[in-house]
Amino acid sequence: MAEWFQDNGLLLGLALLDGLSSAGLIFLVAVGLNLVFGVLRIINVAHGSLYAIGAYSAASIGIFLSGLGLPDWAAVPTLILSAALVGAILGPLIERFLLRRIYAQEEVVQLLVTFALFMILEDVQKLIWGVQPIHHDTAMRALGTIDVPFGADFIPFTNYQLFVLPGIAIVTLVGLALFLRRTLTGRVIVAVTTDREAASAMGIDAAKIFLLTFTFGAMLAALGGALSSPTAALVPGIGAQTIVLSFAVVATAGLGQIEGAALTSLMMGLGRSIAVYFEPELEVVVPYIIMVLVLLVRPQGLFGVIETRRV
Amino acid sequence: MTASLTRREALAAGFGTVLLPATLSAQPAAKPAEFKIGVTTFLSGPASVFGVPSRKACEMLVDQINAAGGIAGVPLRATFVDEAPGTDHLVGEFRRLVQSEGVHAMFQSISSGSCLACTPLSRELQKLTILWDCGTQRIFEENRWEYAFRTQGYGTPEILAPLLYLLKKKPDFRTVAVINQDYAWGRDSWELWKAGMDALKPGVRVVAEMFPRFGSTDFSTEITRLLALRPDVILSTSWGGELVTFVRQATERRLHERSTFVLPVAEASLPTLGRSMPEGHIIGTRGDHWNNHPAPANPQLFNEFVTAYRTRFNEWPIYPCHHMAQAIWALKAGVEKAVAAKSGGWPSDLEMANAFRGLTFPTPTSTITLREDGQGLEDQIVGLSSFNDRFPFSVPKEMIQFTGAQVSAPVGQKSTDWLKTLKPDMIASSGRSIG
Amino acid sequence: MRRYEPILALVLAAAMITAAIMAPWLRFVLTIALAKGIAVVGILLLLRAGQVSFGHALYVAFGAYVVAFLAPRLNDAVLLLAAAAVGAGILGLLIGLFVTRYRQIFFGMLNLAMSMVFYSLLEKLYHITHGSDGIRVEVMPVAGQALDRVAYEWSIFGIALALAFTVGLLVRLYLSSPMGEALAGIKTRETRLEFMGVPARGVLLSAYVMSAMLGGIGGAIIAMTSRHVTPLLAYWTSSGELVFIAILGGAGGVLGPFLGAAAFELVRIYAAASFADAWQLILGSVLLLVILFAPGGLWGMAARLLGKGGTR
Repeated sequence: MAEWFQDNGLLLGLALLDGLSSAGLIFLVAVGLNLVFGVLRIINVAHGSLYAIGAYSAASIGIFLSGLGLPDWAAVPTLILSAALVGAILGPLIERFLLRRIYAQEEVVQLLVTFALFMILEDVQKLIWGVQPIHHDTAMRALGTIDVPFGADFIPFTNYQLFVLPGIAIVTLVGLALFLRRTLTGRVIVAVTTDREAASAMGIDAAKIFLLTFTFGAMLAALGGALSSPTAALVPGIGAQTIVLSFAVVATAGLGQIEGAALTSLMMGLGRSIAVYFEPELEVVVPYIIMVLVLLVRPQGLFGVIETRRV
Repeated sequence: MTASLTRREALAAGFGTVLLPATLSAQPAAKPAEFKIGVTTFLSGPASVFGVPSRKACEMLVDQINAAGGIAGVPLRATFVDEAPGTDHLVGEFRRLVQSEGVHAMFQSISSGSCLACTPLSRELQKLTILWDCGTQRIFEENRWEYAFRTQGYGTPEILAPLLYLLKKKPDFRTVAVINQDYAWGRDSWELWKAGMDALKPGVRVVAEMFPRFGSTDFSTEITRLLALRPDVILSTSWGGELVTFVRQATERRLHERSTFVLPVAEASLPTLGRSMPEGHIIGTRGDHWNNHPAPANPQLFNEFVTAYRTRFNEWPIYPCHHMAQAIWALKAGVEKAVAAKSGGWPSDLEMANAFRGLTFPTPTSTITLREDGQGLEDQIVGLSSFNDRFPFSVPKEMIQFTGAQVSAPVGQKSTDWLKTLKPDMIASSGRSIG
Repeated sequence: MRRYEPILALVLAAAMITAAIMAPWLRFVLTIALAKGIAVVGILLLLRAGQVSFGHALYVAFGAYVVAFLAPRLNDAVLLLAAAAVGAGILGLLIGLFVTRYRQIFFGMLNLAMSMVFYSLLEKLYHITHGSDGIRVEVMPVAGQALDRVAYEWSIFGIALALAFTVGLLVRLYLSSPMGEALAGIKTRETRLEFMGVPARGVLLSAYVMSAMLGGIGGAIIAMTSRHVTPLLAYWTSSGELVFIAILGGAGGVLGPFLGAAAFELVRIYAAASFADAWQLILGSVLLLVILFAPGGLWGMAARLLGKGGTR
């Protein structure tokens, strides 16, 4: 074992760095999904579409503003603003006109409404942005790279990948935690997450909280997409690929638990990057293995609260 | 459906095809009022980056051919089917087009899985089927088909040509790593490369074999590992958005300064990459139809095609457009040959198909011969990425042309077996420098 | 409404046979629809217990691959169907032992995870499965009879139809049996079941194994009909499709899945034929409209047309 570390310790260090940035992106997408699920109890399959639309919009807005002479340093703030814009427009639209009509229905019906929405938006994206890969990487390029020493060698990492992605993920995590614990609205959201019936019995305006939470979740999905857009070429189908991993994060984390989502994302991000170094064929299944193992030990998810059984 | 249909007509036509049984396919030998082709291609999902341009090219060529009087005096009409929903849907659509819409020829498909699923239908339904883009070597090496022909090259030449190019240009490499998409083409192409490399240059060490999930949007971990390993050569047969993502993430971190990339399917992604494609790496196009081909066989036709496509769609044609065009030109040549043989009468499905065996048809860049087994021999041109004033994106320089016959497995031999028999002297004897 | 179900089933079957005679390509589409209908009956069983499996495509794909792998050795459609059912049942038992400990989202997502792992394996084990190229299934004898292609396709269509009837009948009986009632109990008040001494997990597990077998049978028929299997059968969107069909058809009766499957396939073909590059948009819109304006799905619509409200 010690010998293995001697040989591979440096690689493990690299895997940690990669895992962190990968975890950051996983977290940003999954935490919105988890928040929405915690409050609305809807598994929003269209979260993947919001991710994709967030990515496409950020790229389009970025390309447009660059054409107008936007300085490079503004690229990252532009990403964040365009994500907020997408969420603020699409979130209320979807909640008001679609989800609100089906809150009374069965869970499976709610899930399917978002699945239908996902299918529709998949084609809408194609109609708007076409099928050729779109990429706009100013944010990644402008920030440059940093050389990380690796034995006698060195490995260049992009600052965007090494600092911006995990940084924004951490800021989001801390900000969310403070918001949920310190503000009244935040506490109401937590109350609805933990015990919906009791919360509404106490006269909480569920309609407002649902609208707010969903919009917020949509913004987070769009933010995940927007932040991935500088490093990834956008093509049809990216939403479907992304959302399925977020499902696993939500179930592993525990319902509505943002710290759970953070820890799960970290485990999955690290697990995947370690797999790439030592057993690449396992990379795809690592998240699911983690999920199964966690649920074997903690059936309610990492940070999940055991719900009182109704009689 | 052409764009000129109103929505109501389209709806009516749609209902008609669902509800009404076939009556059209009963008279194969009468000269049809229009020659219908059914085209399967990706219209959604990641591979629509190929599918949609190919559809555009098809529509453009159908218009052009019809404006010039059609094929053997019969106007063409194309119906498109999306490959993305999966095999059970696609096989059903293939049957519907043949049995209900009465198409005269099928054009299929981009995905090798789709081709493997649908080619047997050509025999069952006895319908001329042109494989217009898929690359799997299994189709014609594991079976014989009376009605199916492939009007372009396939995996073996498309991998062997870049390998030979690498061995000619940079023969000193000692280590290689591969990063391919995790699906059949990614695995197949690596197997072909490995078999060829072990025969032509034994002793090369493979330092990493990575097959990230199909549709990945982040390769930073893989890139870190490649940076640490410093392989002399990195092979990637990825395409579309994934190739763009990989190249962007890799060049930003200067991986291209440590290793030589070999990217056999690069061409379709180069317009998107623009100036951010690094120079001096090996790029291929699954054929010989580079936009900067220095000496096309028919320069006028080549320029007309490229210009017409650019004018109509405001983008450069990429290789799937050329593959679609090859299929249509082959169709024109084959059908007109069959009609001529009937001295004016209309050939049956079998007579039509027989006209394609051994057919040599011209393309703007060269000619393609459909071998006895149905496989087309398409030339391959490989070069080094470079920039010039004519194109806002990377194009090859120091191009070497390999004739289709040189780099394809002979009829009746399996590619991996044949590749193992190659001798190193092939490196010097194959290929012709074309500037 | 329950009284009308057998008659409606016969009408639907007669319509399917007529369509299959009139248009050979419809015979193919309807066989696929019947196969998916059978698999969706399995979804329906679990829905009765209030559980949504978002990974049931696993069993469909497993059944299909059992056929693809065993066909060279066990060359008979009837034997292969049995093998696929038993194989999927055993897999369902193994996975079920684990996933039936969970409810709601955990149940759904664990099933999803299992199907995605299976999907990845189909791609990863390239040298065995040929990855996304898939495996071809040849025309095979049916019950010892070597058949030509057309007779074979008719036989598979007939088998699918007969199985659909058998499955529908058995599941109807099951759902009205005490076991079926207990299943519905899991949805409403699981704890009460246990107070009554009914082992809820055992009830759910047996339903799960049954639904896995139905998935395996559906998958086997799909493999015998499309005669080419690819990993896409196990992808999560395929699972979504099965749940889609269940809700489109309506969860009220066993006829719902078949109505839903036939409607799903026909709408998809119609959409693909009219708007090849926007079929998802149409399919999604149809589903939305059904959910918003026709609760209870097609079966619920049929029930209202017949003037009887209750579908249970």
